Order: sequence, then structure tokens, then C-alpha cells
Amino acid sequence: MPTMVITGTRKGIGRYLAEHYVAKGYKVVGCSRSPVDFELERYQHYELDVADEKAVGKMVRSVMREHGQIDILLNNAGIASMNHFLLTPLSTVERIFQTNFFGTFLFCREVGKAMAKKKYGRIVNFATVAAPLKLEGEAAYAASKAAVANLTQLIAKELAEFNITVNAVGPTPVATDLIRGVSDDKIDDLINTQSIKRMGEYRDISNVTDFLIQPESDFVTGQVIYLGGVS
Amino acid sequence: MKEKIFEIISAAIEELNEELEYEELENVTVDTPIFGGETGIDSLSLVSLVVEVEGNVNDAFDANVTLADEKAMSSRNSPYRNVGSFVDFIVAKLGDDA
Repeated sequence: MPTMVITGTRKGIGRYLAEHYVAKGYKVVGCSRSPVDFELERYQHYELDVADEKAVGKMVRSVMREHGQIDILLNNAGIASMNHFLLTPLSTVERIFQTNFFGTFLFCREVGKAMAKKKYGRIVNFATVAAPLKLEGEAAYAASKAAVANLTQLIAKELAEFNITVNAVGPTPVATDLIRGVSDDKIDDLINTQSIKRMGEYRDISNVTDFLIQPESDFVTGQVIYLGGVS
Repeated sequence: MKEKIFEIISAAIEELNEELEYEELENVTVDTPIFGGETGIDSLSLVSLVVEVEGNVNDAFDANVTLADEKAMSSRNSPYRNVGSFVDFIVAKLGDDA
């Protein structure tokens, strides 16, 4: 079965995706800054900061030594912080960019090298509807994810020659810790801007990743698929 | 250490040249041009070569180096301009990693 790396698997969407793909028979290697409180068959966990260049390289090399290949990468790890732009400390912006953009960049690069050697790979990054919706209060988060969307489209071109596709899924709000601090009114306003007015569910995301990672999707690259009818 | 690195680069170039069949890449020496000059390989082949060498260097020296460099695509200052400069670049990277 294919080997898959998923970042940010300790909780939320990442944990769900780890369970989803283990159940489908994939060998899943996950990571997060702190240990996980679950065990799964064919699941292996690394503790690292996704923005730590040395640690990411070490993890990818170790996975390659053990499994001989990485077929799929899901760059799920992400953090958010809601604040008015004028009140946002630079340290918050740096922290958000480190995890959301630098982490995605590093995993794309390191896993991309492993995939390039095998001339096969499927990479799915995580964007957000907050970027196209220009969601107020999410300046740092939306900007970091806009950078991820652009990186996705650009490296899709550079990696195409290695038979690696790079796409992104852009979820709407899903009930996870990421939006815990956001008021219900704010979430309702956001949902009302979607074509389909409901909260996102985990299965909405795996539905898109299932499609993007299948071998038959070899002619689909550089796409950012937003959920809920946001464009 | 330099000899081992030379061997790794040399083997990777030979493997790459099985496809390319460039005359100037036969009988690899420290002066063999790799990238950026009149002769040498294109950027895609360079990426494949560097990826191969990086993996083999890390395995051989039980190291964790990334052979990324700001000047990679510069024709004059690229650390990949010839085999000798590539060896020196890796020696320096391994030094930083230790």
C-alpha cells in the first residue's frame, strides 16, 4: 500500500485524516510538536516542529530508510490567530508563517526530493476560504495561506516533470480547535458568504484529498479547491 | 572525506550520463564542469543530480545536510559549477552539520 506523510496529526483534521487513511490501508506517518494520545495500526508518529529545517530533513530521511518511498504528502499542520490587523504583534505573524508557510515549504521540498527520485508523488497543501473571502480579523492567517496557495500553483509547474502533482484544498470553518476562539456570530457571518451555507465536516476534506491523491488524478495539478462554493 | 564525496558525485554523474551521453561528463575529474558554463547539464538534470548526491552523502556520513544554496542557479558562483566546487561545498555543509 502507498506510504503517506500527514503533518499536524495530533488532533482535528490531521488526526481524522490519519484515521481515515489508515482505515483505507495506507501506511501513515504523522507528526506534531507533542506526542499523540492515540495508537493506530500502520501509523507511526514523529515529534517535531514543522518549521525546523533540520528536523524535517531528518524525519523524511528516516521515513525513506524505513519505507523506501513516500507516495503522498498532506501538509495539514496549521495554526490561526484572530485579531485586528492594527493590534497584531509581529511575533504572532512570524509564528503563523513559520508553521503554515515555512512548514509547508519545508515538507514540500524534502518530501519532493524523495518523490522526485521515484518519479511519482501526490502533494496536497491546506489553504483556507479566509484568503479568497478576505476575512476581517484573519490578516496574518489568510496571508500565510495565500502564500501556501501560490506556492502550490508555482511548484506544481516545477515538479510536474518529476510526475509529482501539487494541489490544495481550501476548507471552510470546521469545528476544530483552530476556530475555538471565534464567536458564533462571526462563524455565522462567514457561513452566509458561502454558496452552501453549512459548517464544513471532516468528510468534506477527505472527499477532496481522496480525489487529488488517487493515481488517476495525474492530470490535475496546481489547483486550489475551495469548499462550500467559495471561489 | 573529500575522496569519498568525490566518489559519490562521480558515481551520480556517471549514472546521470547514462541517459544524457555527454562527452564532457565522461571520465569525471575535479575539473569536470557540471552547471552554468558553456558545457554542462540543464537545471532539471542538476536538480536530479543534487538530490541523488544529497541522499548518498547523508547515508555515507550519517549526516543531515540539505544541499540547498542561494547561488545554485548562478552561472558564475554556483557551488555546482564543477565537480571540485561541488565537493568543497559538501565538505563545508558537513562541517556546519557536525
